[in-house]
Amino acid sequence: MFRLKEKIIRTAFLINGVLVIMILAGIFLLLVLNAMPTFKEVPWKEFLTGKNWNPSSDYNPGYGIVSMIVSTFMVTLGSLVLAVPIGIGTAAYLSDVASPKVREIAKPVVEILAGIPSVVIGFLGIVMVGPFIAKMTGTYSGLNALNGSVLLAVMALPTIVSLCEDALANVPKSFQEASLALGASHWQTLVKVKLQAASSGIIAACMLGMGRAIGETMTVLMATGNAPAFPSGFLNSVRPMTSTIAIELGEVPYFTTHYHALFAVGLVLFLITFVINMIADIVLHRYESKLR
Amino acid sequence: MRNFSIVFAVISGLLLSSVSYADVLQVKGSDTLINLVQRIAEEYMKVNPDKMVSVTGGGSGTGIAALINKKCDLANASRLMRGKEIELANSRGASPVRVVVALDSLSIIVNPNNPIAVLTVDQVGKIYKGEIKNWKEVGGENMPISLYGRQSNSGTYDFMIEDIMKGDYSPSMRQMNGNAQIVEGIKSDPSAVGYVGVGYAKNAQGIKVLKIASKAGAKAYDPLDTVNVRNGNYPITRPLNQYVEGSLTGAAKDFVAFELSPAGQKIVEEEGFFEISQEYKDFNKNAGL
Repeated sequence: MFRLKEKIIRTAFLINGVLVIMILAGIFLLLVLNAMPTFKEVPWKEFLTGKNWNPSSDYNPGYGIVSMIVSTFMVTLGSLVLAVPIGIGTAAYLSDVASPKVREIAKPVVEILAGIPSVVIGFLGIVMVGPFIAKMTGTYSGLNALNGSVLLAVMALPTIVSLCEDALANVPKSFQEASLALGASHWQTLVKVKLQAASSGIIAACMLGMGRAIGETMTVLMATGNAPAFPSGFLNSVRPMTSTIAIELGEVPYFTTHYHALFAVGLVLFLITFVINMIADIVLHRYESKLR
Repeated sequence: MRNFSIVFAVISGLLLSSVSYADVLQVKGSDTLINLVQRIAEEYMKVNPDKMVSVTGGGSGTGIAALINKKCDLANASRLMRGKEIELANSRGASPVRVVVALDSLSIIVNPNNPIAVLTVDQVGKIYKGEIKNWKEVGGENMPISLYGRQSNSGTYDFMIEDIMKGDYSPSMRQMNGNAQIVEGIKSDPSAVGYVGVGYAKNAQGIKVLKIASKAGAKAYDPLDTVNVRNGNYPITRPLNQYVEGSLTGAAKDFVAFELSPAGQKIVEEEGFFEISQEYKDFNKNAGL
């Protein structure tokens, strides 16, 4: 009887595990199958190196995705420039400076930030951050890449803070004690010992934050202005890959080249986030085995 | 027993909702038309309490795509169906029929601080193509023009390409999600220009509606001026359409007939659009009305 129960439970867990992998494989397969017909009509080279994306045009149609890849990376990297220093600083404060009482309140508060719906953040981008940026920079409109970066930084922060704090908390106590025993100050211990020891965990946290930012759709759709031109700076309106798919998939007649091309854009986005998450995972594993 | 009755209630509820769902007339498409058709639908349902009409937006392209993909009964469209779309519909055994439900005078709007008051159709086209980049080129201040327009699922977006610009948009145009967002963007941007259906220009605060001349030297007219829109003096007018699959029958015919009735056309005027002209009334007869 006990054996049978054990067997059933084992099988149930196996099915769960396999199901998740199958869903991932299924999504990937769906993307590939729907994306492939694009390349019967659009050469690979034009797709990956062209700057003109205008599939529905009668005058100058184009299927180049370079402008939107650059837009995506501009907005994402911009958000990391803002979020990484603030995130690591907050994590260091929470793990080493704050009293246990403050930490108990502050950490959940930071994590609540992750629960704010992206449409709310996008709304703030339109009514608050955008006009503020326009005023500060003397430009006419704040719907630009910088606005997107600021908002995505807010959205990536909880991931970065939470995981960095975990990484710092996981540094063995003996490291800290050894450093303090050698006469190092608290500051020196934090910067030269703990942050060093936790560095791969911190890098992984940033990569996961980046993965969060790169796939975000609603916020950038609302706040970045959606101009498909090749961006020439952070004060330009941009249209990242996610926005393009969101805007155009609703109108496209099924099974046309345009429809398939949108899946191809989705495939590229999937591969980018996949690689980022995989790198984060590898770095994280290296860090775990190093501390053991 | 109690559980059983709950289950029974849920199941019968599901059955009922699925039955009534089949009777809901699904109307989808143009963002320019959505407020108008929603109001007409409300009035229609007041008069006919047993009928259900659901109106959703998304843009003309979205509505037409939905009609081709058989996801709606009526498609609102502020543009005509493209050749490619008709071919696609035909290849799937569908033949969409067009009805004109209202007239719109497309309005070009700017920030109230912009001294410009008049543009020609040609200038509007060149501005949106990116050939005119600074307000001083059309007699305004020395200030770069920032373009606000719609997304490619919009019928207004296509109307501009086909009738005004005869070319592609400048890629620097900000593609906004709907008429209301264009109005919002222009309120806070002194260098902005945008285009919206007249229904959105009429009651909006904080924007300025430009007069448009058909060509340089011709008299410019205001899109809010009913007389000059009706007689065709305002140069950027367009019919607002609905497409139906095959032919008008049953619930769809009943609803469209209400839209075209005096009661329906009165709502058209109240929402800031214009009653259809005799020419289109005759045209609608082809659709079996």
